[in-house]
Amino acid sequence: MNLAFYVHIPYCIKRCGYCDFNTYTPSELQITTGLKSITNSYTNLLIAEIKSARKQLGDQSTVPSIFFGGGTPSLMEASDIESIITAIGSEFDLASDVEITLESNPDTVDREKLENFYNAGVNRISFGMQSAVPHVLATLDRTHNPDNLYQVTQWASDVGFKEISVDLIYGTPGESKADWQKTIDTALSLPITHISAYALIIEEGTKLAAQIKRGEVGPVDDDLTAEKYIMADNAFTKFGFDWYELSNWSKPNSESKHNLAYWLGHNWWGAGPGAHSHINGKRFWNVKHPNLYKQKIDAGEAPVADSEDLQESQIESERLMLSIRLPSGVEKSTLNEKQILDLSGYVKSGHLDEGNWDNGRAALTLEGRLIADRIVREILL
Amino acid sequence: MPAISIAKAPQPAATNPAQIRNFCIIAHIDHGKSTLADRMLGITGVVEDRNMRAQYLDRMDIERERGITIKSQAVRLPWRSGIDNQEYILNMIDTPGHVDFTYEVSRSLAACEGAVLLVDCAQGIEAQTLANLYLAMENNLTIIPVLNKIDLPAAQPEKFAIELANLIGCKPEDCLRVSGKTGAGVETLLDEIVKQIPPPIGDPKAPTRALIFDSVYDSYRGVVTYVRVVDGHLSPRDQIQMYSTGVRHEMLEVGVISPEPMASKGLGVGEVGYLITGVKDVRQSRVGDTVTTYNNPATVALAGYKDPKPMVFSGLFPLEGAEYPMLREALDKLQLNDAALVFEPESSDALGFGFRCGFLGLLHMEIVRERLEREAGLTLISTAPSVVYKVTLDDGKKIVVTNPSEYPDGKIAEVQEPIVKATILAPSEFIGTIMELCQQRRGVQKGMDYLSEDRVEIRYTLPLAEIVFDFFDQLKSRTKGYGSLDYEPIGEEAGDLVKVDILLQGEKVDAFSQIVHRDKAYAYGVTMTAKLRELIPRQQFEVPIQAAIGAKVIARENIRAIRKDVLAKCYGGDITRKRKLLEKQKEGKKRMKMVGRVEVPQEAFIAALTTDSDKASEKKK
Repeated sequence: MNLAFYVHIPYCIKRCGYCDFNTYTPSELQITTGLKSITNSYTNLLIAEIKSARKQLGDQSTVPSIFFGGGTPSLMEASDIESIITAIGSEFDLASDVEITLESNPDTVDREKLENFYNAGVNRISFGMQSAVPHVLATLDRTHNPDNLYQVTQWASDVGFKEISVDLIYGTPGESKADWQKTIDTALSLPITHISAYALIIEEGTKLAAQIKRGEVGPVDDDLTAEKYIMADNAFTKFGFDWYELSNWSKPNSESKHNLAYWLGHNWWGAGPGAHSHINGKRFWNVKHPNLYKQKIDAGEAPVADSEDLQESQIESERLMLSIRLPSGVEKSTLNEKQILDLSGYVKSGHLDEGNWDNGRAALTLEGRLIADRIVREILL
Repeated sequence: MPAISIAKAPQPAATNPAQIRNFCIIAHIDHGKSTLADRMLGITGVVEDRNMRAQYLDRMDIERERGITIKSQAVRLPWRSGIDNQEYILNMIDTPGHVDFTYEVSRSLAACEGAVLLVDCAQGIEAQTLANLYLAMENNLTIIPVLNKIDLPAAQPEKFAIELANLIGCKPEDCLRVSGKTGAGVETLLDEIVKQIPPPIGDPKAPTRALIFDSVYDSYRGVVTYVRVVDGHLSPRDQIQMYSTGVRHEMLEVGVISPEPMASKGLGVGEVGYLITGVKDVRQSRVGDTVTTYNNPATVALAGYKDPKPMVFSGLFPLEGAEYPMLREALDKLQLNDAALVFEPESSDALGFGFRCGFLGLLHMEIVRERLEREAGLTLISTAPSVVYKVTLDDGKKIVVTNPSEYPDGKIAEVQEPIVKATILAPSEFIGTIMELCQQRRGVQKGMDYLSEDRVEIRYTLPLAEIVFDFFDQLKSRTKGYGSLDYEPIGEEAGDLVKVDILLQGEKVDAFSQIVHRDKAYAYGVTMTAKLRELIPRQQFEVPIQAAIGAKVIARENIRAIRKDVLAKCYGGDITRKRKLLEKQKEGKKRMKMVGRVEVPQEAFIAALTTDSDKASEKKK
């Protein structure tokens, strides 16, 4: 079977104001010896988990993709990344065209580090650009200098990366349409093959949510955010980046194989604190805190916090919820009469593409992509 | 010790009418009637101290919680007078304390020869008490004025003694002073009841006539009917007959309450007690009717019988459509005990299946709704209350409209609406604001009197529809809680009324239609459309909200189409969370009501149908 690998790196130099990911700063972990010492020992924990995954699954699996996400994976030493890739490769078979992605903060890499990552086996790099506009970055509580993006993407290209992606965030309070246009234009001027653009989600418990509650930062305007999505899609398409998921655009054949594995319901193993796995209709996820994770691994126990055996109806719900996010949409032959009737209104209203509908698929139009959740709710079982 | 043991007291069916005193207590909510009644039960020895509980006679939780008596009850109290040392039987007939139940009050009064007018001497008399006092005076009852709560620091017995004296034409020093709480003055009050209230007079040899002043459904015994015997007697062997219907019943039991039911050998002239016939529905044993015997029926009924007429109508709908059969069952059950409650099935495009219910008034409506929710565990939506309109069409055809959605379109020659005579009592400083409120509500002033230096009685006629719409709450908030209101129907008058419809995306929402005065139609339309714009979530298309009279749109709002309803990120760890969120939202969607293509949350209906009275009471908190 195919088994994608997600490797979580739960460390950041500082936490950004909008972020609710499972990541920790040295001060939160009360570490005084510097990050390097923990990332080295953390590597060994990951390798232990990879070995136990092999014991659990057997050795028949082929790995089509590995994704280092975080946190800030670029804080890791390239040698540690290499050890992890090697461990996965020795326990399982790496596909000949394996895609190995590493998320990178533009501030924590230089040409040499990028080259080392490349030489360690990473062949796809994704930069957290977010915005090209300083006041937007400031609201997001990001520290990097937007001008660095030209440099780091160029270096990445120079050292051999063929697949370079940037992450963008739109809809930040205070971001004007002109601000967003500037971010779009900047991204399109970079030597990249892939763009992920996310509407900002205000997560409860974050610093930004508190600032909005206190009125220090304005609210998110959903209507404006919708317009920005359309601006982005128009611009990206014009420059040869086609959408292959609601929030992802790529040059031809530069889609992220790893992310598609999530949306197509494939199997993957998530290693590291809080990482989720999906193996043959069962989901399980690890304990969240790095210290607890370490305790479990050191004690030879599975670091799993909880699991869920998906019922048939849940598998179906997930299939609908995920496949509607892709241009291919949902095959009508898999839907019942009521679902088709419920969806037909969205064809009339222009949210589902009429041509696709007539050819047997419920696929979103540009306007439809903006209300995908509403449409899915209509047909959930 | 004036109390006498029950065993030695004069027995039912063997008590000389000269030894009987029948009285009731007229008092406002909170003026301490139940506490005084408790005290009387204790002092006369019918309830031993160790069995005493607060508000002994109030049977329903709602009665205890709200401090009001919904149904009346009668208790037989033996008493040895401290004045002449003779034994007496005092029948205390508890009366309902609210305007909605005026008719029941009047029948309770008709069963008595005297009334204790009980007034909290920290608050003074209230409008409803005044109305009941007038009712008692019309019935020629002997009134004993009593100031209660003399133990309170805020008590002003002198001031309110003068007020009472002015009202009933006695001297201020004739007002007794008691404390139901401490018991002070209660023995004297019992003695004064014996002394002042005349004994009942009746003919023991005449055909039996007994007045029904209450009837209550008991799930074990069936209907328990409370009666006051006027002539003749009732005995357990009798076959009785209801005068109004002529229907005959076997008597299963006759007895007195002291304060628990006790079967007796019968009831004689002037006595008060209960009878049980196995009837299962209070409508077969109606308040005000005359009970006579089948073998020797009376030829003349006791005066004053009438059918209770519902004055206020509202639709009750179960929040969950599947609860409709349970609602029917609960209404059927409630009706066994509430002859005034009427209902018939109603279906609303917006709210589904429910019942159009008729009530005596707003309190009655609230109580019924609360009992349905509490006792049957239902969650209900009630539509805005409406009164009964008599519509005459151009072709002379007449229609009775209790539901705005049935109001005919166009071709209306005349609409008659019910009018009430309202009496408002309040401190004189609020005269201005009260008059302003009454003017706004199309009131016509009929008079004003000072009860004392700083308290006034203001009389208006008003359309009932205006009272039904949050008038009482407005009055309370404008008078800082001191104003009190009583009203009684006095007939109908033609009004310049129109029906305002609310349309969502061009579809009429029947539940929101309202009949209002033409001058207020615009304001109603603007308020309602604005309210709905806030309450209805954005849909994937634009939703115009319009208020219209017939085809003429008088107000309009717009709910813009939703542009974005999607979460941008959906990676490995998000999938479970997102699926659960969607499933939860899907559940929420099932609770939406569809109006055409528009999804309207239940909460929007509830909030939109709730009148501003709720806002007013929010403010008070």
